[in-house]
Amino acid sequence: MEAAELAGLIGVGLAAGLAGGLIGVGGGVLFVPGLVLFLSLGQLDAQATSLLAVVLVGAVGAWRQAGYGNLRLRDGIVIGVLSPLGVLAGTATANVVSERSLALSFAAVQLFFAYRLARRAIEDKGKADAPSGVANG
Amino acid sequence: MSSRLARLAVIATVAGAFSGLFGVGGGTIIVPLLILWLGYEEREATGTSLAAIVGIAALGAAAHGAYGNVHVEEALLIALPGAAGVVAGTALQQRIPERAVSGVFSVVLVASAVALVL
Repeated sequence: MEAAELAGLIGVGLAAGLAGGLIGVGGGVLFVPGLVLFLSLGQLDAQATSLLAVVLVGAVGAWRQAGYGNLRLRDGIVIGVLSPLGVLAGTATANVVSERSLALSFAAVQLFFAYRLARRAIEDKGKADAPSGVANG
Repeated sequence: MSSRLARLAVIATVAGAFSGLFGVGGGTIIVPLLILWLGYEEREATGTSLAAIVGIAALGAAAHGAYGNVHVEEALLIALPGAAGVVAGTALQQRIPERAVSGVFSVVLVASAVALVL
């Protein structure tokens, strides 16, 4: 491996981890192109390999957040364990609905969430000073 | 089934579907739903999302591993700087207002929606 490729890999890994820790996502959206670009993996292998990287990064992130008092482990486990239902439902849906319609539907859902979260960020600024880890569910 | 458990099941299903169909993690679905639907604060939502993602990604990696598509060494090469990044990212998150996390997330969601449509 060339030094430039190693540097690129480290840069992408750091950026994905930083973003993942900040907003609670796994970083796969950056890992996949990073693995394709710097390690010449094919798209399928990059996606599969990225999932293993996400396991490690997610575990470290969850462990750190547990230390800060920001982890509801039981809920996290319930979501993780039940998610295969979604994979099955998604695959079944993909057989009756076009992929384009699914992509447009998900994009619409994401835009709706973006609108709601942006409003929350703007309107509730004053309430943002609560200490981390205060349960309110 | 309690309504709370039902909501978690719905979040799991949507996140799993999104992840399975588009090959990205379910985090962009899990975090907003935990905040908007289950009354989570931002830091708790992101911490809990990371734990859920471990489960989702582990199941996916195991399935792909059975077909020999997972490259363990390459995964470690990108995951080690990723782990350093996530330690820094979670530390940084404790130092900014909770609502700022919602603001950043909102921008990421718009970018993700645009990428899906293009």
